[in-house]
Amino acid sequence: MTPVIERAGLDSVMIRLFDTIDVSNMDMLLSVVDTLKAELGEALIDVTPSYTTVLLHYDVYRMGEAAVRGVIQQVLRQPVSGLSGNEARTHVLPVWYDSSVGPELDLLAHRFDGDFQEVITRHQQMAYRVFALGFAPGFGFMGVVDEQLETPRLATPRKRVPKGSIGIAGRQTAAYPADLPGGWNIIGRTPVALFDRTREGYTLYRTGDVVRFEAVSRQTFLDLGGDATPFAGGDA
Amino acid sequence: MSPSAKAHCHIEQAGGGCRLQDAGRFGVRHLGLGQGGAFDSVSMRQANQLLGNVPDAVVMEITLGQVCLSFSHHTTIALAGADLKTRLDDQPVAPGRTIELKAGQRLFFQAPRDGARTYLAVPDGFDVTAELGSITAIAREPLGGLHQDGRPLVKGDSVPFKASGRPARYMEMNEPWRCTDSVMTLDVLPGMQAGTLRGESLYRAYQQRWRVDERADSMGVRLTGEPIHSLEPQMISEGIVAGAIQVPPDGQPIILANDRQTIGGYPKIGALTPLALARLGQCLPGRCVRLKPVSRAGALAAWRDALAGIASAIHAS
Repeated sequence: MTPVIERAGLDSVMIRLFDTIDVSNMDMLLSVVDTLKAELGEALIDVTPSYTTVLLHYDVYRMGEAAVRGVIQQVLRQPVSGLSGNEARTHVLPVWYDSSVGPELDLLAHRFDGDFQEVITRHQQMAYRVFALGFAPGFGFMGVVDEQLETPRLATPRKRVPKGSIGIAGRQTAAYPADLPGGWNIIGRTPVALFDRTREGYTLYRTGDVVRFEAVSRQTFLDLGGDATPFAGGDA
Repeated sequence: MSPSAKAHCHIEQAGGGCRLQDAGRFGVRHLGLGQGGAFDSVSMRQANQLLGNVPDAVVMEITLGQVCLSFSHHTTIALAGADLKTRLDDQPVAPGRTIELKAGQRLFFQAPRDGARTYLAVPDGFDVTAELGSITAIAREPLGGLHQDGRPLVKGDSVPFKASGRPARYMEMNEPWRCTDSVMTLDVLPGMQAGTLRGESLYRAYQQRWRVDERADSMGVRLTGEPIHSLEPQMISEGIVAGAIQVPPDGQPIILANDRQTIGGYPKIGALTPLALARLGQCLPGRCVRLKPVSRAGALAAWRDALAGIASAIHAS
């Protein structure tokens, strides 16, 4: 599609780059974000990339809307020359896939005659891209999940999904950075901190990053600092 | 007292809501971190201006009432925003002015008479550690607030500020921020998916009186009325601005406020202007509001005038 620039508010514009969700969008999205950051400099207050769009919040005391639109148009005319400075980073998340911490693992295994290993293999064989961060700090919406694992959200969201839980919703997957409410189908748990205030930049990954999952044993999970407390968020 | 002495504001009762606020957290939306900040940013600035503070010095945001405070030292504070039938011991006090308090006196915010949120400023602001540029605390986020853990203030908390010993000057505002009109007009910048409203829905959006629902907080305010429907009921999730007017499938709009999530997937018919968003922060459930489309140039001028007018609206009393 031809990119569209829309007014989103007094001090904000929305850039619509794509019509559909696709992992191949993310390189261009990241490239546009990086270039806009550099071009707008101090006039940029916030930038929210998400799937197919980039929302820009700018300082109206430093730059007018027409000037901002001009910068965006100029950036969009530039060809995307792969990723320049901000390479998409790859993260490997160890996951303990187990029914005790993943109450929907059984549900998904039913599709493969109860073969848990098939669920695990299909979930960890993909290299996912982070389409967006949102919902809560460090919560990354990732895709695209194997079509055999596609599962709608729970009809009634849980009040509490434990930190580290790995979930599937539709053809997306995510890891819970904290204890949060949620309706994703939970199949395992990672010991890795996804939001850490002692880490530079706070979140493990950024929009556009590549994430892989790697099955580990209960012992490895514990050795890595994981909390094996059985899932108790079942009460809706 | 020495210039560096610490004074404290004690929370005796936290009632309907008592939070520390500033202008909010910026430059972090890409991490999934929210904005937060004083819902009625104009009243926050007024409270600070009354004491000669910087506009976004840390204030206390008191919502709805049943909040009781006392202070460790003789000090001068300022109140701006809602009239919450406030008493200093037995004496009624009105917002829009500085108030001298003796140590141990109780300031009790009873219940709304006019508006929903009042802002209490202390000399130089409350002295609380900021993280990522702000002290604001948003539900779902583990940072901000008195203890930097994201919690709102609770009974028993004591919030420090510098007992500067700055000589008290009695200041008041010419016209306290009032919302006495029977129907509050909220200016809207149309945009985004406005084109996806059917004719009748478009008419209803801007012509009917909407009612502020009970489901109203710093994340969002739901309006109820004749439903409006977008031709595009669900979209790919995208960034959301403060004041965005979302239309979920039930047709009852939700105006997203400062503590909103960073992304969402409902179509939006536009966004409130910053001034209208501040006014929305004073709307109690049951209040009637009208959405009025305005030009961007007019909205920008109104916002600049409002901010510039804060200083000139204050005089010594």
